[in-house]
Amino acid sequence: MTPLGKVVRTTAFKLSAIYIAVFSAFSVFFVLYIAYSTNVLLNRQVHETIAAELLGLSQQYRIGGLPAVVSAIEQRAYQPGASLYLITDVSGRILAGNVTEVSSELLERAGVDPVTVTYDRYAGDAAERTAMVQVVRLPSGFRILVGRDIGEREQFRGIIGAALAWALALMIGLALLSWVFVSRRVLKRIDSLSASSRRIMSGDLSGRLEITGTGDEFDRLADSLNAMLDRIEHLLYGLKDVSDNIAHDLKTPLSRLRNRVETALAGPADTERYRAALEATIEESDALIKTFNALLMIARIEAGSPDGATSEVDMSAIVRDVVELYEPAAEEAGVALKVDTPEPVVLRGNRELLGQALANLVDNAIKHGAAAGPTAPREVAIATARDGVALVLTVADRGPGIPAADRERVLQRFVRLEESRSEPGSGLGLSLVAAVARLHDGTIALGDAGPGLVVTMRLPIR
Amino acid sequence: MRILLIEDDKEAAAYLARALREAGHVPELAADGDTGAAMAADGGYDVLVVDRMLPKRDGLAVIEGLRAGGDQTPALILSALGQVDDRVVGLRAGGDDYLPKPYAFTELLARVEALGRRRRPSASDTVLTVGDLALDRLAHTVTRAGQAVPLQPREFRLLECLMQHAGQVVTRTMLLENVWEYHFDPQTNVIDVHISRLRAKIDKGFGEPLLHTIRGAGYMIRDPAR
Repeated sequence: MTPLGKVVRTTAFKLSAIYIAVFSAFSVFFVLYIAYSTNVLLNRQVHETIAAELLGLSQQYRIGGLPAVVSAIEQRAYQPGASLYLITDVSGRILAGNVTEVSSELLERAGVDPVTVTYDRYAGDAAERTAMVQVVRLPSGFRILVGRDIGEREQFRGIIGAALAWALALMIGLALLSWVFVSRRVLKRIDSLSASSRRIMSGDLSGRLEITGTGDEFDRLADSLNAMLDRIEHLLYGLKDVSDNIAHDLKTPLSRLRNRVETALAGPADTERYRAALEATIEESDALIKTFNALLMIARIEAGSPDGATSEVDMSAIVRDVVELYEPAAEEAGVALKVDTPEPVVLRGNRELLGQALANLVDNAIKHGAAAGPTAPREVAIATARDGVALVLTVADRGPGIPAADRERVLQRFVRLEESRSEPGSGLGLSLVAAVARLHDGTIALGDAGPGLVVTMRLPIR
Repeated sequence: MRILLIEDDKEAAAYLARALREAGHVPELAADGDTGAAMAADGGYDVLVVDRMLPKRDGLAVIEGLRAGGDQTPALILSALGQVDDRVVGLRAGGDDYLPKPYAFTELLARVEALGRRRRPSASDTVLTVGDLALDRLAHTVTRAGQAVPLQPREFRLLECLMQHAGQVVTRTMLLENVWEYHFDPQTNVIDVHISRLRAKIDKGFGEPLLHTIRGAGYMIRDPAR
């Protein structure tokens, strides 16, 4: 793009151009309007003057007859800045006046409105002049012509025209100046913003756009873009985290699986041994599939679930379902499930996912509730309550709990605390719960049940 | 059963066909949507196993086409998509059951057999019997050898589900789907505990056990005389 093309394409240029066009049109209209009304006013003045003079001369004629008129005209005609006067006899011969050579047709137009004519003031006067004249025919057949020179008006028109041209020129000049100023300023900011963006895009994700602190629109834009960059950075690190975790948590069981098969093949060909190895392999791959499914599910949930799967669901009914499902297993583990769902709490959500989330929480609580000391009561309390426009679901166990420092961390994918490393599990259960909570615009918080862990899920009821 | 397998992955299809044949079924293969739709339209199949993503014609489109033509052959949809509402979409298109990939063959076999058996009128029988065990669906009573067996409502539904598929393997996820109406994966052995409670009620103290655990697959209720 040529430098000129670049300038022409800027918003500042376009805005300035529109501004100049609109303002010029307005100014031209305004000046023309003034010129027109002035013209009308002056015309009327001229007409009135002519009419008054004609009336005066007619009166002179009535009082003093022709000689009085002729002497009046002669007297008036030679005053400085005088009007045009002419009196002719019936045949058109000039009796008195300060105008030479007037066409006979003009004199025939007696009694009508003033017309504009060109005339010679003196014999031999070379200049063509313009005047507005009116002719009156006296009863005796004589004609009186009175007129005013309108050269002044033409001059006036010229002055207005010049003023208009100057004003326009000045305006365009000022607009150009302001445009240069504005566009330079704006372009500078824009160029700085795009340079920063390019730098950030080329790899330095921690970079941010400069905020001048003036609070102008560019600051607001930079602020939004910075927020977007924060989110992108967060997502990217999340993704990196996930891929690192996948690499570790999926590769480990995969290599274990491979090793087992390899060992089985390397040993003596014994059907029983093969069978055992194959069964273990299937078990391991099932666990892998489970982990993989859970991962995919979290990813899908985080990408946002389509509306197709949401409906009006009663959370207390889901609690009853899940508790009913886990009751025998809990009993077997020596854990009592206590339920407190005083009223139905209906919200718009995905029954499957809410059920799965609650199942994960109850499952965790049973595992850890059972791991409590010998004196601790082995129970898991599950409760739903309404808190204004939110549903509060709590699952509390009496187990060892989670240290405050680790509570945020265990919500991340694959994070398992050292204490539970030896137990089966993928480290995805709580991440899924957190993802489900986010999908429903809710939050999840881990707290101290004193002793034990309490997980609180808050979901807005829309 | 005659089973039509519409699956474009040659290896998976060959494996499935062999495994189904070993299980005593007669599988036939179609490698793309158009061929599959044409074969299914000829009829004579007890169950269709349809992969969701197929060349030429999408698996859902194949099923929709059949249903539009009035063909009600039960169809199991296989899908690698695994989206949250994928199952809903599949069932809405006219599928009868849905299985996300990767799946265990035992799961697929159990579901295929359950679908095939669906056509039998047993679904509307008011009294289901397996050996000397009888379940009255209207009276909500269960008797074993003429002796009343009191069951919790959920245990009743569990037994009902097993007895509807008597002689067939019913997997844990099938039980969760049919009895609890959830499709998620219960983390631990929750279903197993329910089954052992049920077993304690219907088998304990009676002669031959009816409720069997099929290792690596699920459960089966079976008449020992057959």
